[in-house]
Amino acid sequence: MEKVKRISGSIVSMPVNDIDTDQIIPARFLKVTDKQGLGKAAFCDWRYLEDGETPNPEFVLNRPEYRGASVLIAGNNFGCGSSREHAPWALLGAGFKAVISTDFADIFRNNALKNGLLPIIVDADTQQQLFSLAEEDPSTSVSVDVDAQTLTLPDGRAVSFPLDGFAKYCLLNGVDQLGYLLALDDEVSAYESGHPQRVMTTA
Amino acid sequence: MSQNGRPRTLFEKVWNTHIVREQSADAPAVLYIDLHLVHEVTSPQAFSMIRDRGLKVRRPDQTIGTMDHSTPTTPRNELGIIPVADAMAAKQLDTFTKNCDDFGIPMYALGDEHQGIVHVIGPEQGLTQPGMTIVCGDSHTSTHGAFGALAFGIGTSEVGHVLATQTLLQNRPHTMAVNVEGKLGEGVTAKDIILAVIARIGIGGGTGHVFEYRGEAIRSLSMEGRMTVCNMSIEGGARAGMVAPDDTTFEYIQGRQHAPQGADWDAALARWRQLPTDDGAAFDQEISLRADELIPMITYGTNPGMGMPIDAAVPAPEDERDINRKIALEKALAYMDLAPGQQLLGKAIDVVFIGSCTNSRITDLRQAAQFMQGRKVADSVRMMVVPGSQQVKRQAENEGLHEIFRAAGAEWREAGCSMCIAMNGDQLQPGQYAVSTSNRNFEGRQGKGGRTFLASPLTAAASAVAGSVTDPRAMLAGLN
Ligand code: SF4
Repeated sequence: MEKVKRISGSIVSMPVNDIDTDQIIPARFLKVTDKQGLGKAAFCDWRYLEDGETPNPEFVLNRPEYRGASVLIAGNNFGCGSSREHAPWALLGAGFKAVISTDFADIFRNNALKNGLLPIIVDADTQQQLFSLAEEDPSTSVSVDVDAQTLTLPDGRAVSFPLDGFAKYCLLNGVDQLGYLLALDDEVSAYESGHPQRVMTTA
Repeated sequence: MSQNGRPRTLFEKVWNTHIVREQSADAPAVLYIDLHLVHEVTSPQAFSMIRDRGLKVRRPDQTIGTMDHSTPTTPRNELGIIPVADAMAAKQLDTFTKNCDDFGIPMYALGDEHQGIVHVIGPEQGLTQPGMTIVCGDSHTSTHGAFGALAFGIGTSEVGHVLATQTLLQNRPHTMAVNVEGKLGEGVTAKDIILAVIARIGIGGGTGHVFEYRGEAIRSLSMEGRMTVCNMSIEGGARAGMVAPDDTTFEYIQGRQHAPQGADWDAALARWRQLPTDDGAAFDQEISLRADELIPMITYGTNPGMGMPIDAAVPAPEDERDINRKIALEKALAYMDLAPGQQLLGKAIDVVFIGSCTNSRITDLRQAAQFMQGRKVADSVRMMVVPGSQQVKRQAENEGLHEIFRAAGAEWREAGCSMCIAMNGDQLQPGQYAVSTSNRNFEGRQGKGGRTFLASPLTAAASAVAGSVTDPRAMLAGLN
C-alpha cells in the first residue's frame, strides 16, 4: 500500500443517509476477478439514466463544477450493507481519497482503511457545514493531516477525527496488515498446538 | 459462573478462547479463525494477493469453498449440467475452481450435491459448531451465530489475511442483548422478529456491537428460525449476532457430516454446555421486545430498517424531525412510488421470491408449501422458489414440496443466491414490485429499478396467492 500522510482536494456532497454498498457499486459489477476499472461503476445507478450509459445531468458527480472532487461528504451511516471491498475500490477508482460522514458501517470502514481511502468521522454540525459549503462554492477544498488526525476547513478551523492507532500507523508507513500477521507465525503455531482443531473441512 | 468468578457473556467466552495476541494500545487483537468459508465473488483478488507474494493457504483443512452468488439457478440440461450463460460469471467461477485446486481447498462446485449458499451449507454439513470463530467474505456470515459461534463478514483483504495466516486483526466489539420474551402468535415467524428488531434500532443501531438474542421466543425457535434472526444482524449494523447453544442446537448438529462423533461428541457437548452467558453477566446495551405483540412485518422503504407491521400505514416524511432522515424517507418513497399514509395491504405485486440465506432452508420451504397446498399463484404474479442448497432441494423434493409449488404455478429452481442479489439473471424489471424473503431492499438490489418488500415466507406465499401484499394470518384462519 502507498503511504497516506496528507490529503487535500475539493469536496462534493451527497446529503443522503445510509448510502449502502449496492449504491456505491451495484452487484452486477462484482463479477470481476481483479480490482481494475471499477471507478466507472461507482454510483452507477444514480449516475446514468435508464439506458445505463447517458449521464444523469441531475446527479451531483456529473455536474461539471464538481469534476475532479476527491473528498466525498456523505449522509450518516455511509457504506452499510454488504462486505464487498469493491466499494472502496470503486470510490478510489472514481478519484476519491476520503469520505466524510458522521459514522460508517464497520466493514466498509475496515475495507476503506486497508486500501488507503480515509473514512473521516465528524460531528453533525461539521457535516452540515460541509454540505452547505459544497453547495455554495463547488471549488471548496479541505485538507487532511493523517498524523495530526485533523481535517482543516476552508475557514482554517481544524476538526479532529478519530483514527485507530494501528490503522494510522499502517497509513503513514504504507504498511499492510498482512505483513504484520505473517510475522506472528510462531505465535499462531503456538496457539494451534495449544488448541485442538475444531473442525476439519478436508475430512 | 466462570472459574475466576466474574460472569461472562457468550461472546466473551468465544472471543477469549481465540486470542492469539491481546489487543494493546498499539494494535488490535489477533484472533484465530476456526473456519473460513470462501465463495467466487469476494475471493479472487485475495487469492491473487497471496499468489503474488508467494504464500500458501495456511489451513486449507479449515477452509471450504462453494459457488453461490453468481451461479445460475435455471434447470439442468439433458446432460445434468447447469449451463452458465454469462461470460464474466463463467470466468469468475473458473477462476474460483482454479484457486481452490491450486491451494488445496475443498470446494462445492456448481452442480455438486453439496453446493449451495455459503450460509446454508456450513450449518447443514455440520461445519458450523458452537464456540467457533467463523468468517467469510460476506456480511451475512452472522447467520452462523445461531449456533453460538462468533461469525462475521470480512472484506477481501481480510479474506487474504485469513487464507495466509488463519488470523485476523480485530478490535473487540461491544455487546448488545436483544431480549425477545413471550410467544409468537400464529402466522408470525422468526423473520418478523428480526424485521421488528431492525425497525426499532435502525440500520446503524448495532454498529460496533455483537448482538446476543435471548429470551423465550428465541429459545422456542428452530435452528432455521435462529439462523434467520442472526442472518439479518448485519442489517441492524451489527457484524455478528449470537444465540446460546442448547439442546435444539445439539440435536441439529448431531450426526451431520462434520459433526464430532463418539467420545469426541461427548467432549464437545461438555464444552458447548459451558458457553451460554453466565447469570449476571453485563452487556454494553440491552433492548427488549415482546413476541406476543408482534404481527407479520413488512418493509416499505429502501433499507431494512424501514419496516412496519403489515397492517400499518407508510410513514410521512413531514413527521420526521431529523432532516437527514426526512430526506432519506422522501427519497425512499419516491423510489418505491408509495405515498405517505398509504396502506401496503392490498398493494398489487409482480413477483414473489422465496429464497436467500435468510429464508431458503427446509423449514422455510415447508411453511410456504403447506400454505400453497391447494392454492394457486395469482395470474399476475411470477413466483420463484429457490432452495438454499442442493441438499435442501433434494430434501424438499423427497417430501414432494416441489410438486406443491409447481402445481400452484411457482417456479422451482436450482440452489443459489438468485434474486437476492440479481447477479445471475434472476432479477426484477424496472418498476416491478416484489415480496421477497431475502434480506435487503436497497435500491436496485433485486434488479435495477426493482422495488422490494421484505417479508417472511408465509407473508410471501400469501401475497403470491392474493396477487397483492397480504397478511397470512387472515388466510391461515380460513385454512383451519
Ligand atoms: S443469499 Fe443474498 S445475502 Fe445471502 S449470501 Fe447470497 S447474495 Fe448474500
